[in-house]
Amino acid sequence: MSTQVKKQSVGFGSLIRRPEFGALIGALAVYIFFAIAGGAPFMAPGGSASWLNVAAELGIIALPVALVMIAGDLDLSVGSVLAASSMTLAILSGFYGLPTWVGIIAALLVGTLIGIANGYIVTKTNLPAFVVTLATLFAVSGLTLGLTRLLVGSTAVSMTADPTTKALFGTLLDGKFSVAIFWWLGVAVLVSWILYKSIFGNWIFAIGGDVISARATGIPVAKVRIALFAASGFGAALVGVLQTCMYNGAQVANGQSFVFNSIIAVVVGGVLLTGGYGSTIGVILGTLTFAIVNQGIYYTGWNADWAALILGILLLIAVLTNNTFRRLALSGGNKKEKKN
Amino acid sequence: MSKATPILSLKNVSKVFAGYRALNDVSLEVYPGKVLCLLGDNGAGKSTLIKVLSGFHEPTSGTLEVNGVTAVFKSPKDASNVGIATVHQFGGTFPLMSIGRSFFVGAEPTKGRGIFKRFDKKYANETAVREMQQLGITRVTDGDRLIGGLSGGERQASAIARAVHFGANVLILDEPTAALGVKEAAHVLRIIMQARNKGVAVILVTHNVSHALTVGDHFAVLIRGEKADDFAKGERTREQITDLMAGGEAMAELERELSTLTGTINQIN
Repeated sequence: MSTQVKKQSVGFGSLIRRPEFGALIGALAVYIFFAIAGGAPFMAPGGSASWLNVAAELGIIALPVALVMIAGDLDLSVGSVLAASSMTLAILSGFYGLPTWVGIIAALLVGTLIGIANGYIVTKTNLPAFVVTLATLFAVSGLTLGLTRLLVGSTAVSMTADPTTKALFGTLLDGKFSVAIFWWLGVAVLVSWILYKSIFGNWIFAIGGDVISARATGIPVAKVRIALFAASGFGAALVGVLQTCMYNGAQVANGQSFVFNSIIAVVVGGVLLTGGYGSTIGVILGTLTFAIVNQGIYYTGWNADWAALILGILLLIAVLTNNTFRRLALSGGNKKEKKN
Repeated sequence: MSKATPILSLKNVSKVFAGYRALNDVSLEVYPGKVLCLLGDNGAGKSTLIKVLSGFHEPTSGTLEVNGVTAVFKSPKDASNVGIATVHQFGGTFPLMSIGRSFFVGAEPTKGRGIFKRFDKKYANETAVREMQQLGITRVTDGDRLIGGLSGGERQASAIARAVHFGANVLILDEPTAALGVKEAAHVLRIIMQARNKGVAVILVTHNVSHALTVGDHFAVLIRGEKADDFAKGERTREQITDLMAGGEAMAELERELSTLTGTINQIN
């Protein structure tokens, strides 16, 4: 009797009730759709590389942003963090001619520090992360633009990475696949370990689920939230480094598209906007979905404008599905609530 | 009353919020293996009293004693360190976490060492399920299930099991039966008795007199922040308690008023 109950709960029924399943269906659906509409070129290695490269950069940002969102916060500042860090690298190692690794460390440090500042302000003031990170998005963007003009006198700075750094951060394998894909894999393994295997991961879920109860159990809530914002800043800075090495330079307007794209990837991946629930596999699938739509459209011969329409609809469906999941999970077993 | 040292006692505790006296000169004693029922209407000061006991508020005046020694709770952590655990109306747990994970929030078991130190999910799930089964929740066999998928009574049970597992010797239950159906409530009352039999001191906060009478050893009634009455099992009847909670004479007046109303309705019929 008891084993029967156990089997049921890990079976198909519970699988389809998880939001990640929706993300899997979404990713498969858009892949099949564009495989048919885009034909052989889309499915060829070059086609796969085009969306994998986009997914890799987005994924490196989306995974830590997902952690922030599971803990119940939001990080909109990633766009400016990316610009600030890539500018830091380009100015230090390009304009001033310092070794590339010095620029990279400084860039990652800049991203992490902006993240810590976000976390510090959010936890000290108790203002919504939405407002605080929107403010940093603008402030950091303005700061980057102002300082770059002041120091360099232009809004674009070129940089040539040394061969080792170029190989590690900015090459295309087989002329197609960006090394960012491997960085993405690394970030995915690390974030999965943090979320599922470390104690810290349990704290993230607890803080997103019920911050007051989490605090009552002795979890250092403020420190965890600050650390997550720092991770999010680090992720954005890493993409800044990858882009600067890949494109041999930086522009102040880089990265703004990641602000909303990362949230789309995370939400399509089944992370609840209210916090408390989410999975790395879901976010990876959400990222792939986004990248497939974003790049697949070019293989169809249609106007690329339609990609945004598809993404908008997917986002709406995902939020509705996630909401339904949340309602079911919260009312499960309570028949009174189900009637509503 | 003088036989043993109370595990927790309040001596003339008052709590004032910006000029409003939420608690006025309340003294209480809680003994191991006994259930103290804290009765009172909405706004009588029950919640404030719980918050003082669980370390969320410091009393404005008066003292707390743990095992006869004066204690000051600066934070909920201080209270939980001496074994005081509070379970709220909806179980106070994390609805979107698994049973095993939520059971160990803040006290996660680990295996491995160094950078391989990791959350021991198997142990967490097995322990959580075993502790719940010991409280009679036999329907739960899989620690991976989400807390949100449990019934209200099962959630209460998981929270109580958690508190008992982590060595709570004073268990404060805030309206555990208020949101439950009759059967579920009965089950929670049974779980309270099991905790009591394990030697845990239970403070049951409720406005349901029959639930209180079923499990209580000792009773205290709060009215507008003051302790209006304090008595042992069998010293008062159900009616006396209900009247007291509703404010005595006010209740009799209400009954008179209602009887005229029903009279009118009968006349119409």
